[in-house]
Amino acid sequence: MSVVGYSVALIGGVGIGSAAAILLYFNGRIAGVSTITGKLFFASKDDRWWRVLFLVGLIGGAKIAYSFYHHVPLPREHFPVWLLAIAGLLVGYGTSLGSGCTSGHGVCGLGRLSLRSLVATLVFLVTGIVTAVVVRHVFGVV
Amino acid sequence: MNNKTASLIVSLLAGMLFGLGLVISGMTNPEKVVGFLDIAGAWDASLLFVLGGAVGVTVLTFHFITRRKAPLLTDRFHFSQLKKIDSKLLVGSLLFGIGWGVSGYCPGPAIAALAEPNWETWVFLPSMVLGLIVQQVVSRRKLSGD
Repeated sequence: MSVVGYSVALIGGVGIGSAAAILLYFNGRIAGVSTITGKLFFASKDDRWWRVLFLVGLIGGAKIAYSFYHHVPLPREHFPVWLLAIAGLLVGYGTSLGSGCTSGHGVCGLGRLSLRSLVATLVFLVTGIVTAVVVRHVFGVV
Repeated sequence: MNNKTASLIVSLLAGMLFGLGLVISGMTNPEKVVGFLDIAGAWDASLLFVLGGAVGVTVLTFHFITRRKAPLLTDRFHFSQLKKIDSKLLVGSLLFGIGWGVSGYCPGPAIAALAEPNWETWVFLPSMVLGLIVQQVVSRRKLSGD
């Protein structure tokens, strides 16, 4: 990875952090994607629309970025479908049980200097690292 | 324009900036994310810069934002009322970490993938949404004592 690559990553990160700051400053809401999505299905009418619009914006922003920047990720042809489905269930169930994901705990919770979020972030980061190493090097799934 | 409408527009714009940031930073590429988590392989450290950039901005700005009595357009800040480091936080984060390490998707990128969907999107995203719903249904049943 080059200096340019790291700089682009940093700029992307600053964009994500700025989006979280804007949502908190204007609306008093935490930009945690798992909670915004999960509560959508149980939210009252009044609490629903900001969630929908944030997610529509999220998809639209990604679409705009891809139109300028032609790095659309290719699907992994040989990745087992059942494994991806189980991973999806774990990500959904786990982030709901733990009340947050990379954005809610990682970006916003750490921004608030929350000890809970620091613990959560360390747990999913370490578990993610161990899992990725095992899946790739022990089971050979890429 | 009233504050309610303005706050909805802010949600849309904040979502857009978030989505732009995810794509630019490479977070929407699951192979890159797994390449970051797989420290035993050809390690891609760039996601450390993503996290650093994002958390750098939130630490600096949240400090000033949370000094205010209320947000600009709504009546109050909606912070989590949970304080304890309990088994739900630990087990939930552990399960999430396993799913993230296997797939390279966390919730933001999984939803942003709808911008350019492929077969992975149609498998991962519905499974994730099902997991989000099932957990809430289970916890509501427990609360109501069924």
